[in-house]
Amino acid sequence: MNWLIEWAAYLPQLMSGLGVSLMIAGVSILAGYPLGLVLSVMVGAKNLAVRTLGLAVVEIGRGAPALVILYLFYYGLPKFGIAFESITAACLALSWNAAAYSSEIMRAGLQSVARGQHEASAALGLSWSHTFFRVIMPQGMRSAIPGLMGVAIQMFQGTSLAYAIAVPELMKSAYNIGSQDFNYLQIFTLAGICYAAISMPATWITVYFEKRMARHA
Amino acid sequence: MDAFSAVLQGLPMTLLLTVSAFVIGIVGAVPLAVGLSSPNAVLRLVCRLFVDLVRGVPIIVWLFLLKFGIQIGTFKFNPVGAAIVGLGVVSIAYLAEIYRGGLESVPRGQNEAADALGLARSTTFYRVLVPQAFRIVSPSIATYLTGLLKDSSIASTIIVAEMVFQSQSFARQHPTVEGILPYVLVGILYIVLSLPVAYLSRSLDARMRKAVYA
Repeated sequence: MNWLIEWAAYLPQLMSGLGVSLMIAGVSILAGYPLGLVLSVMVGAKNLAVRTLGLAVVEIGRGAPALVILYLFYYGLPKFGIAFESITAACLALSWNAAAYSSEIMRAGLQSVARGQHEASAALGLSWSHTFFRVIMPQGMRSAIPGLMGVAIQMFQGTSLAYAIAVPELMKSAYNIGSQDFNYLQIFTLAGICYAAISMPATWITVYFEKRMARHA
Repeated sequence: MDAFSAVLQGLPMTLLLTVSAFVIGIVGAVPLAVGLSSPNAVLRLVCRLFVDLVRGVPIIVWLFLLKFGIQIGTFKFNPVGAAIVGLGVVSIAYLAEIYRGGLESVPRGQNEAADALGLARSTTFYRVLVPQAFRIVSPSIATYLTGLLKDSSIASTIIVAEMVFQSQSFARQHPTVEGILPYVLVGILYIVLSLPVAYLSRSLDARMRKAVYA
């Protein structure tokens, strides 16, 4: 019972942290997914320079831990005179992460479109942009939806790493409360519940979509 | 000391965390995967909730809970212990989900054939289902291992002296342009370390395809 009373007292402060977490996750998804689409096209490009650049951006974004990219933006770049606010650094780093992961999923989606669709568009004399945006993308993106939802959940959880660069998100708010009252067990349990309350239903919705897609495939 | 040797100082700890958590996960996920595909609905639901809960909470929260929240009598986790247990439990949940997928993807006829041959249930499970499921999921396990390697970097937030922690302290001591080097190097090092595992995963995948679909 004691816990519930303490939780009720902590909740408002945590909620403002949760707002920041959701904001960072939203920005990194909104910026990362379009960039991921561009990267997925670059990786499949015929031009070697374009393809190499695309691959490098994707492989670094996926291969290096998100925490390292965060530190690179927040602690590394200022040494060259490029300094960001902590929230901006978090958004940039996680956008890169989101772009890299989503590009792989989109590439797989685009590749799953039957070859005949390309050939039919060519036979109809459609331009490249028409073929891509009106024929290939709508079909390819459909099968990428569950994967992209998974990356979105991963991004939301990834915002907790922004704690390490002092962004006032959910984890940081929890830590601040904890270091005042030393109620670490209560406050981190509550923080965990907040994360789970969003991630778990989101996962279930994703699984539902996956199953539905599998049925129609 | 140059940046590269500073980062390398953390390498043994990064490997220790990754390997320990992976071993805990590989073993601990077996009973959980059996529970996830159990015919008993209550057991299945409990296991499912456990897996989804562990995966629904970010790793950093688990590490802080273990490091700061747990105190039983005079017992408290040291940073390395908290990191290994935390990453281990998360690995159990992720790998159990991978195992379950593998068990489910073994064709039903295998089960029925084993039944028809009068094999005991344990023989069916260990000698028929598991070897086939393992082949199917081995690429996913390898992929998970590369993810775990990267996630071990989160242990630096509870002051475990692994690679990212070492890069941080080098960068703090070098406020000049040189200070960016450890971050670049450690990023490259993670990618290089995951290359052999990624290669293994690809060759396992190719072999699995041949074995199952040929």
